[in-house]
Amino acid sequence: MLDIYEFYDKMERNKIMLSFKGDITSELLTSILQIMESKLDNLQEEPKIKKKVYNVLVECLQNLYHHLDVDASDNSDSAKKFRSAIFMIGKIGSEYNIITGNYILNKNVNPLRDKLNRINVMSKDELKEYYKEILNNDEFSDKGGGGLGMIDIARKSGQKLNFNFIEVDNQYSFFSLSIKIS
Amino acid sequence: METLLIEGSAKTPTIKFDAEQGIIEIKGRSIPENSIEFYKPLIDWLEKYSGKPKADTVVNIQLEYFNTSSSKCILDVFKKLEAINKGGQSSVVINWHYEEDDEDMSEAGEDYQAIINVPFKMVMVQE
Repeated sequence: MLDIYEFYDKMERNKIMLSFKGDITSELLTSILQIMESKLDNLQEEPKIKKKVYNVLVECLQNLYHHLDVDASDNSDSAKKFRSAIFMIGKIGSEYNIITGNYILNKNVNPLRDKLNRINVMSKDELKEYYKEILNNDEFSDKGGGGLGMIDIARKSGQKLNFNFIEVDNQYSFFSLSIKIS
Repeated sequence: METLLIEGSAKTPTIKFDAEQGIIEIKGRSIPENSIEFYKPLIDWLEKYSGKPKADTVVNIQLEYFNTSSSKCILDVFKKLEAINKGGQSSVVINWHYEEDDEDMSEAGEDYQAIINVPFKMVMVQE
């Protein structure tokens, strides 16, 4: 039998406020954002921190939504599995931790890793310049994000992006990202 | 020319583009997944307005949140306004509002200010 207490205990120790695993839809994002906004209000969080957390949350969730490597119209069991993602937000002390995990194609691992490593060595000012450069170039993906999301997350959180890739089979890897805001 | 009015929602801002008065306003939050779709009518309206703009065009941007997907669309709006200003038929001023302690929103305004060539005012709002 699934040990639900084990799950509960792990979540409790990590002070998880909200978590979700499954298909990421637009409606789901709306609900999660509404729940988190009222939780932040209930905690009477400083407006400054509240805005940062909310902003980073939006970018993290929309990354999950936009950057799925599996065709949304494919209804095979395997497609459904690899389309699924996980999201968690916790608060330990005064520090928020936003964690996401999703599958990506193995061939996309290196470009993403390079990009995140590049962001992680940049100073605050370099990130600002890099952001403006990407914002102002005309190449923009049809997904609308144009690669600004991760730069924005790094700028707003003011901390290094913590990430990991685990190869799960010859096609997919599991990408996890952990962002701290305080 | 008709006023463009769009009521705000949980993910999209309130839009009021008034050609008669030359006032263009974007207020609230802009965090839609598909921002290109949302901003398309705004860009189209500005395209039309650029044909016969008022002598003065005042642009008020007062956003609580915006996502990176919207940031490019907002730049597209500003680039249209830049062209209108450059055309000489209308002097355009952009007022970028930000709350007193919202450094991120104030920085975002600075980012745009550095990119576009239109009189750009930073307006601090008391919470």
